[in-house]
Amino acid sequence: MVQAGRIHPTWLLLAVLLGFLLSVAAPALAADSNSSARSVSADSKPTLVPIGYLKQEVKHLIPLSRLNVKPEDLGIAGAEIALKDNNTTGKFTKQKFLLDVVRVPIDGDAVAALQKLVESGHHFVLVDAPADVLLKLSDSVKDRDVLLFNVSAPDETLRQENCRANVLHTAPDLDMLADALAQYLVWKKWQRWFVVSGAFPEDRAYLDAVRRSAKRFGAKIVAEREYKQKPGARRSDTGEQLIQLQMPVFTQGVPSYDVLIVADRRGNFGPYLPYRTWDPRPVAGTSGLRAMSWHPAHEQWGATQMQNRFQRFAKRFMLPLDYQAWVAVRAIGEAASRTHSGDFAPINAYIRGDQFDLAAFKGRKVTFRKWDGQLRQPIIIAGPELPVSTSPQQGFLHEHEEVDTLGIDEPESKCKFK
Amino acid sequence: MKAVRILAAITAVGFGWGPVAAQAYTVYVSNEKGNSLTVIDSDTLQVQTTIPVGQRPRGIMLTKDDKHVLICASDSDTMQMLDVASRKIVADLPSGPDPEQLNINPKGSPVYVANEDDNLLTAIDLNTKKVVAEVEVGVEPEGVGVSPDGKTVVVTSETSNMAHFIDTDTYEVTDNVLVGQRPRFAQFTADGSQLWVTSEVAGTATVIDAKTRKIIKVIHFAVPGVQADYIQPVGVRVTKDGTKAFVALGPANRVAVVNAKTFEVEDYLLVGKRVWQLAFTPDQKLLFATNGNSNDVSVIDVPSLKVVKSIATGEAPWGVTISRE
Repeated sequence: MVQAGRIHPTWLLLAVLLGFLLSVAAPALAADSNSSARSVSADSKPTLVPIGYLKQEVKHLIPLSRLNVKPEDLGIAGAEIALKDNNTTGKFTKQKFLLDVVRVPIDGDAVAALQKLVESGHHFVLVDAPADVLLKLSDSVKDRDVLLFNVSAPDETLRQENCRANVLHTAPDLDMLADALAQYLVWKKWQRWFVVSGAFPEDRAYLDAVRRSAKRFGAKIVAEREYKQKPGARRSDTGEQLIQLQMPVFTQGVPSYDVLIVADRRGNFGPYLPYRTWDPRPVAGTSGLRAMSWHPAHEQWGATQMQNRFQRFAKRFMLPLDYQAWVAVRAIGEAASRTHSGDFAPINAYIRGDQFDLAAFKGRKVTFRKWDGQLRQPIIIAGPELPVSTSPQQGFLHEHEEVDTLGIDEPESKCKFK
Repeated sequence: MKAVRILAAITAVGFGWGPVAAQAYTVYVSNEKGNSLTVIDSDTLQVQTTIPVGQRPRGIMLTKDDKHVLICASDSDTMQMLDVASRKIVADLPSGPDPEQLNINPKGSPVYVANEDDNLLTAIDLNTKKVVAEVEVGVEPEGVGVSPDGKTVVVTSETSNMAHFIDTDTYEVTDNVLVGQRPRFAQFTADGSQLWVTSEVAGTATVIDAKTRKIIKVIHFAVPGVQADYIQPVGVRVTKDGTKAFVALGPANRVAVVNAKTFEVEDYLLVGKRVWQLAFTPDQKLLFATNGNSNDVSVIDVPSLKVVKSIATGEAPWGVTISRE
């Protein structure tokens, strides 16, 4: 003892270690929620729960803003920190979670990579890949004990005609995002929209979602305009000057509107619109005020702790894809600790069942929709620096859960799982 | 004001205790956004003063001798010690970063504080003001309950969803009980037989047998006209005689009254917006409830189960603690 009343660090370490050993030594517990992990013996091994992470690399243009360059470990860091969270809990439930990350190069064989993961015992795999790759992956493991988590693809079709029984989606879909934004704009009484879209198929998909939201929540699209110019070099010496002239002209001569909504998912011209519109109007959609699953400055509902531990771990801000991967790994961890199991069947059944819920810093539990496997979650509405609001907004009522006013509700679902 | 108090005292002596507590206790309320404590007289129900403290004060508790208020100043990363007599901050305790809730051993020391960022429960000797132990627990520890015999401290971890039972002599984690999502608060009953844990996101309260560490009951709440999502239990208080429990339901803006014998919910009392924490006066005649979004405390008359008054506080009241004298 160095000081009276103070336990020497060595003793402390021993005590903590002993506590740990005793607590991890509890036997496998019956699957009822009424059991408590009592210390029994000190030598049984923890149950292993291996989780895979498959990232399909894709070509990206350099973003217009240096601030939006994608971190190398985007998504992966979110899965890793969730793994740490699971393992902290696992110390007490005698479970150990592992994460194996596979990066498939551009033109690489994602299906073969998934087969390898499955053959090495991974029943739960997070997938960060475009929709077409995800569908191939899903079909390739159709009859196996595999559950895929779509952590990045927002395409509506994956939740509708092309939904798959072995895929759960932690990424919000375009309809959820458009609905969340629309509710806020309508609540704000900015109901007259000027919609500007890019020429790519993914821009049209977002445009469709915006049109659907306008109809659902009573907004009026007063004009639509397409930005036809294809992107060239991201920057040239005369660039700024040109843009300052181009953007006002492009947005000139439309009927009176409250807010400009831009559908430019590649970020080719949308980031140029704020402060450059002909009329002094706010910009929302893919630039300006945006809807997202997570914002690095979101601090409500205990999110401060999540942001702190992520930043300490990854040495950067936490982004939506990190959050979507975090939720997927935590869902597996939660199901494993509730079922006292590391096996596919009980974990898969629990995540999809009525008992499952997860606290995920959104002020209400998040769960998966039975009709299409989509994570039901509040959506953050944010400007570049700070969140502005969280949807669903007050007053948008639903017969069961207000959060189901966002995205594809059960009666309109076209999903038939296969 | 003094005359009123004397009159109240005479009334009390002459006619027995009235529906409003006649003895004056001092009520301290932490204002999370106002960075201050509001001090209220429990007899007159008037605000006496407002004391500036550290940033984002949340969990607060009077020491066992009533001489100091311990304040978790979350954004100042410290636990402040307020001297009640001088109304000045006299010490900072090494709570670790972002302290939120605390509890004190019935012997008067140590004080236990949950460190959400480090997944630790820290025990601090109140005399030496030094850390005596750190115990590894689950992810985001928050609520801290101490058994009346001082032998067990329980911490709830919000992301692991567990109540961790810790032996206060050895600082070993002896049991881990899985409860509903985001457990935020833990409270032992006065006889030490039960532990009540609220789960904010699950919308439930779990009653655990303190001896066997098995769940006795999971209590669900349903307020007519309020969506289930808005029922987010945080603070809980059980009467000394073990007959009634009060549960603060957050944005449901209600305090639930639970029969602590049958675990049936008997009533929902309408209070202010986003009710966080609760505290009884020592005579258990009044219950104070902090309303984070309406900047007031609701005063509940316990025998009649009526909300008798709302008192304006500083901005975003969160924690509440009441003197013994």
